[in-house]
Amino acid sequence: MREITYAQAVREAMSEEMRRNPNIVFFGEDIGVYGGGFGVSLGMLDEFGEDRIIDTPISELAITGCAAGAAMTGLRPIVEIMFSDFITLAMEPLVNQAAKNRFQFGGQASVPMVLRTPGGSGTGGAEQHSQSLEAWVCHVPGLKVVIPSTAYDAKGLLKAAIRDNNPVVFIEQKLLYCTKGVVPEVGDEYLIPLGKADVKRIGKDITIITYGRMVPRCLKVAGQFSKQGIDIEVVDVRTLVPLDKTCLIESAKKTGKVLVVHEACQTGGYGGEIASTVVDSEAFPYLTAPVKRLCGMDVPIPYNRYLEAQIVPTEDKIAEAVMQLQNY
Amino acid sequence: MNMILSKTIHKELYYKMILCRKFEENAAKMFNLGKIHGTTHLCIGEEATGIGVCSVLAKEDYILQTHRGHNQSIGKNMSIKRMMAEFLGKATGYCKGMGGSMHIADFSVGSLGANGIVGGGIPIATGAAFTQRYTKSDSITVCFFGDGATNEGAFHESLNLASVWKLPVLFVCTNNLYGMSTHISKSMNISDISLRATSYGIKGISLDGNDVLSIYRETVKAKEYVLKNGPMLMVLNTYRWTGHSKSDTQEYRTKKEVDEWKEKCPIKRHGEYLLSHMLFSKEDLELMHIQAEQEIRDAVTFAEDSPEPCIENILDDVYAE
Repeated sequence: MREITYAQAVREAMSEEMRRNPNIVFFGEDIGVYGGGFGVSLGMLDEFGEDRIIDTPISELAITGCAAGAAMTGLRPIVEIMFSDFITLAMEPLVNQAAKNRFQFGGQASVPMVLRTPGGSGTGGAEQHSQSLEAWVCHVPGLKVVIPSTAYDAKGLLKAAIRDNNPVVFIEQKLLYCTKGVVPEVGDEYLIPLGKADVKRIGKDITIITYGRMVPRCLKVAGQFSKQGIDIEVVDVRTLVPLDKTCLIESAKKTGKVLVVHEACQTGGYGGEIASTVVDSEAFPYLTAPVKRLCGMDVPIPYNRYLEAQIVPTEDKIAEAVMQLQNY
Repeated sequence: MNMILSKTIHKELYYKMILCRKFEENAAKMFNLGKIHGTTHLCIGEEATGIGVCSVLAKEDYILQTHRGHNQSIGKNMSIKRMMAEFLGKATGYCKGMGGSMHIADFSVGSLGANGIVGGGIPIATGAAFTQRYTKSDSITVCFFGDGATNEGAFHESLNLASVWKLPVLFVCTNNLYGMSTHISKSMNISDISLRATSYGIKGISLDGNDVLSIYRETVKAKEYVLKNGPMLMVLNTYRWTGHSKSDTQEYRTKKEVDEWKEKCPIKRHGEYLLSHMLFSKEDLELMHIQAEQEIRDAVTFAEDSPEPCIENILDDVYAE
């Protein structure tokens, strides 16, 4: 099978869906000739034209609200928000309108839109271009939230998100855009249903539950531990909402030791939800150690590259947390 | 020369305005009796705005409503029974009791919903108008909002977006002079809100918001205009007789000011026009009042007899299938 980058996978998902359904339109800042802030949409303007690949003013609120309105009236818009930090400017239409319109209008509305946005640190973007804000959107009933960690998952999940009849926040990972992964040939269509976690590495001693760019990092650490005879299972949550609780609980029951890893700040982070899902379940009597969280520090993302790298879970910190669980 | 309006249209405008007035007077009464939960935002005194505009529209034209939008609902031919049921939070209401009057919507007649967020409907309207243009329909979107909303970022971003994309949307600002308690003189440095259109490169007009006939006629022209040229801002200058909501003690304005505006009642004005132009007799108008009162009574009975929604169904509409 061929290998493509995560960014190419996202582009292929959008292009394939746009070929399939003429009601899909794509709004965003500089997504046309420029190809988007991270080059994800390069070439799409040539294929789909200005009627469907639509450069917008720098108006995150208006374009998100516009997408919600277009979705409520029969289209299936995709919106690209150039950095996930900028969803702060789009929160009103996302949270009060898109997420609630079906419920508050008694089921009359559907809002089939996807808000795609890159999140995460590691690029030197500093405080306002590096955050991982997924917990904010996970806290809003009516939204679905997806964070893929591989090219394969990015393509299959985005295609499913575009076909979903609800507003989906699809958080891509800046540092994964250039990573390559095995993806079926164009034409061999596949979709990954939302709400299904994926066991990226099968193990029996310790479970690491993670998502996004921490997945490859945890897999690397798990590989190192296997040489020492510690067999780690790595569960990639993939869809934060709806959460595949069964998968997490089954893995916890099997290993009895759970480490939750994410890049976002710890306080109020989604790791708390994951940890309590495991603790507050039938897995509890199987646990042989406290469920441990390893998250980003509760600080804004600093500019300095050495500091930036140290405030998120590093391989060393993950290894240390694994050892603590192992020795408990 | 003024466009001649048929007797049928005059009757429709007058009847809808009195129906709206009675609907709200009744709602206020029910609120005082403790039958309505939450709050009420009445548009008494502003009936000509939503009714004048919406009576021009076809079912396929979309509207985005405000929290003070009963005149817009009635203008767009929504069912009084289901509106009343929603007011009472009943399962037969437009939103199955989930939204209340602040979130009333009827997609079957083109109402994409009322909004509890000031200016919240304005970006949504650009999307609805985008769909209309994308699907090459000959319908338009009308977006209602108040004077206060024109100070929100959503107003600025959306009018700019609609302008650069030439979307078929008519922005209708109901200027009732107050954003809750704050007079517009304290929240903006202009008195004619339609001037704001200039900065987006679109047409803006300012009308007497208590003159239902002028509003109707100008909306007919505006619909043609926006289909051809893109967005337009229409400001309807009016006044709300009651407080912002039920908790408002109205310390910020004088009784004299309110009384002066009551003299400019849009219903009284249209009624006098109908009589002086011999379109209807006093008896005809009285009959309409009796009919409207009966319609309200039927709606109350329907709403009161309707079941409460059940908690078993609470998850039904959080997500679509």
